[in-house]
Amino acid sequence: MLKVLIFVEHKKGVIKKVTAETLSVGKNIAGQAPLTAVVFGAGAKNAASCLAKYGADRVIVFESEYLTNPMSKNAAKPLTDIITQEQPDVVLFPHTAVIKELLAAVSANLGVSPIVDCVAIENSDEKLVCCRSVYAGKIVASLKSNQKPTIVSLRPNIFQIIEHSVDTKIEEFSFRMNATDILTTIREISCEGKTRPELMEAKIIVAGGRGMGCAENFVLLEQLADFLGAAVGASRSVVDAEWQPQCIQIGQTGKTVAPELYIACGISGAIQHLAGIYSSKTIVAINSDPDAPIFKIADYGIVGDVREIVPALILELKKAKQSS
Amino acid sequence: MNILICVKVVPDSDTIIKIAPDGKTIDETNIRLAINPYDEYALEAGVQLKEKFGGEVTVISVGDENAAGVIKKCLPVGADKALHLIAPNSRMADALSIARMLADEIRNHPFDIIFCGKTTIDAQNGLVGELLGSLLNIPVISAASQFSIDGNRAVVSRDVDGTKEIVECALPCLVTAEKGLTKPRYPSLREIMLAKKKQIDSRPVVLGDPNLCVLGMEYPPNRPPGKIVGEGVGAVPELVRLLTEEAKVL
Repeated sequence: MLKVLIFVEHKKGVIKKVTAETLSVGKNIAGQAPLTAVVFGAGAKNAASCLAKYGADRVIVFESEYLTNPMSKNAAKPLTDIITQEQPDVVLFPHTAVIKELLAAVSANLGVSPIVDCVAIENSDEKLVCCRSVYAGKIVASLKSNQKPTIVSLRPNIFQIIEHSVDTKIEEFSFRMNATDILTTIREISCEGKTRPELMEAKIIVAGGRGMGCAENFVLLEQLADFLGAAVGASRSVVDAEWQPQCIQIGQTGKTVAPELYIACGISGAIQHLAGIYSSKTIVAINSDPDAPIFKIADYGIVGDVREIVPALILELKKAKQSS
Repeated sequence: MNILICVKVVPDSDTIIKIAPDGKTIDETNIRLAINPYDEYALEAGVQLKEKFGGEVTVISVGDENAAGVIKKCLPVGADKALHLIAPNSRMADALSIARMLADEIRNHPFDIIFCGKTTIDAQNGLVGELLGSLLNIPVISAASQFSIDGNRAVVSRDVDGTKEIVECALPCLVTAEKGLTKPRYPSLREIMLAKKKQIDSRPVVLGDPNLCVLGMEYPPNRPPGKIVGEGVGAVPELVRLLTEEAKVL
């Protein structure tokens, strides 16, 4: 039995999928021990009430007028305090860009070196063995921490969500925050009318490379993505050519993704790109060059011009949907 | 302005990585080394800041002896000084140990801003900058895609999990660079020649007891061989059938 504490990422009370994944892993590691979740910020109580379903026996909530950005480093003091009080064996975080500064600040406060972005985790004789990919996924390293607590973050889209039914006890944490605890402030947030899922959590990703021919042709991929409810990604060369923004680059100097379906359109498959998509469940490649390296790791390939294949694919998917 | 840049020397992204016979480290013989790409964006950001406000850019790097030649390459690009903390076998050392070593050094060094890359392409922790900022008790803004100074504050734009944010904090602070924060420059021949006069301090350091222990390294399992469904638009119906009935992902 390990005492596990989980930090919950949520947006105004709505928890993210990776939080549910993290709780499921936590429950599994904790075994019979009660699982504690920590939720900060506005909407914390709303979020807390959805956590029972993923096995949280206790939820500690904390809100403060100063803490407008509860997933940032600004939340380090109260979270450090909770961990010091609770003395867990393991603290789990979802691995997201938002949370990383907080995770690091808490780790520095506690003098613990965290193990981040894990793709596998196992309780072996009350010691956690964590696997993470290094060298852009060319190698998987397994690690063990010599410290208590062990601080671990989990990569989104890898772990299964397991539902439980438990009675959750909600406790409020009291902590006096001051204006001086707020180190960074957000001036502006924009989502730019985003309708597509986030790259890291998307079930399906449609990605384009140089073979798309020009920036304008990405409209085809957007149409395919919108039909499938997918996110749109891009290869490095496309980002370097400024056809697409850096935030959707997939690969070694971009994001590492693990969707159920990855459709690579006009991507030749440089080793740095392949490393970033390696854990995808099913990979489809569409490329005019039959010798493109992408075909070596793709489950299904079509040799042809993406500008013809993608519209045909949208049409065929529509047909399939109507007939089912 | 005193500007510090933390850089790491890493295996080039095209290098083939092999696991060493001990099964716990990588084989460092015959690998091509380079400055971690994210650190190049960080360095260029620091140099641009110096060009605008005046001051000095100092590069600090923890790495083994082989790193020295690569650290030198920061000088023609615009760094005034470089400090190499020589720590053998530090490539996969845990992030906190490295951050502590940097913090100990930086405490003796006046600074207004520290730039780091947002992550390294070898260990891929993306933690050293954030840990270092916390140890030095200064604000940290990670993964900057744009950066400016507004009075005594740093203003950063970044993309966080699909949302664009503009974040600000007071100086001194630490900012980590996302790809594309800046366009790293190529030094001219003249700059390369002039850089020969610049100094690299190097000093051996001792890493503390490891907080994390690498149990082993493996290559990821091979993906099962795939199949070419066909050529041209004619293959599309079969692809949709396979995705629906065989892979069951639609």
